[in-house]
Amino acid sequence: MPTDAEQRRDEQTGERWGARASFLAGAKAAAPIYIGIVPFGLVTGVSAVSVGIPVTETIAMSAVVFAGASQLAGIQLIANGAAFPIIWLAALVINLRFVMYSASLAPHLRAVGLGKRSFAAYLMTDQAFALSVGQFSEDDNPFEGVMKFWFYSGVALPIWVLWMITTVIGAVFGAQIPASWGLDFVIPLMFLAILMPALRDRPALVAAAVGAVVAVAADGLPFNLGLITAAVAGIVAGQLAEART
Amino acid sequence: MNTTWLWLVIVGMGVVTFALRVSVIAFQDRLTLPPALRRALRFVPAAVLAAIVAPAVVYGEGGLELSLANERLLAALVAALVAWWRKSLLLTLLAGMAAFWSLRALFG
Repeated sequence: MPTDAEQRRDEQTGERWGARASFLAGAKAAAPIYIGIVPFGLVTGVSAVSVGIPVTETIAMSAVVFAGASQLAGIQLIANGAAFPIIWLAALVINLRFVMYSASLAPHLRAVGLGKRSFAAYLMTDQAFALSVGQFSEDDNPFEGVMKFWFYSGVALPIWVLWMITTVIGAVFGAQIPASWGLDFVIPLMFLAILMPALRDRPALVAAAVGAVVAVAADGLPFNLGLITAAVAGIVAGQLAEART
Repeated sequence: MNTTWLWLVIVGMGVVTFALRVSVIAFQDRLTLPPALRRALRFVPAAVLAAIVAPAVVYGEGGLELSLANERLLAALVAALVAWWRKSLLLTLLAGMAAFWSLRALFG
């Protein structure tokens, strides 16, 4: 939230979209997203403890990494007993999309210093990025300069709070669920649910198909290198398919 | 599971993820993204997600199971249809787990 000093300054300048108003507008705009965060956070907490990660480390992972897809992949790789550089590499590949978001958000965060930029970067999610950049590119967007940072924070911070709460709930209650339920199957289901909307066009479909086939074929590779190999093959195939059309 | 090893994994994942997030935002004055990288990034979600899902679904306890007797594969197909029909995370999970549990109860 904006500090009182910042709020007073906004009131003095008579700015309608002060820091607090911008923050609250962001939080309000993000409300429909919250419903999607709850099951995702619960599942992440449950699946971490279901493969034997202690509750404390599960919560720490949510706070330190704060990126659901890479956390789930990390949990799967930890369960497989993968070497740690491979798990880092997997996080790198899965979260490469953040570089794309970082590039899109950068021009909107020019007005703030390195501290606030780092804070915004830490809170970056698919949802916070999409919603904020969408708002800033509207013709009648009222948020300018520093207010863009406050709007973005209003979107992003509640997502973080909700993510932490639901991971904790998932981890604590997940520890009570017997392994025979096969609850770890929610991990691939979750990825499937995120994957389907990403298959927007033919090149994306090709990327996914090649990624899937190579991953199955390369499953026996040492250090779980299959995932990385398959991801690279899929990305290359998608680009080839795009070049042909 | 070794605690030190687990923390090494978590902190490393965090460092990598934050570096990617902060990259252009923090260093925008000195950094531009090559167009080739920008084009490649577009296919990251589809390729990576499919590569995670496929082995988790087709490998059973007895190795590769590309048949209708594999309840994970069938349940995943049900979940994929639901995800395609309704873009709802919750509905996809519920349908997939319901299919998985009923198939296991019927044939398992």
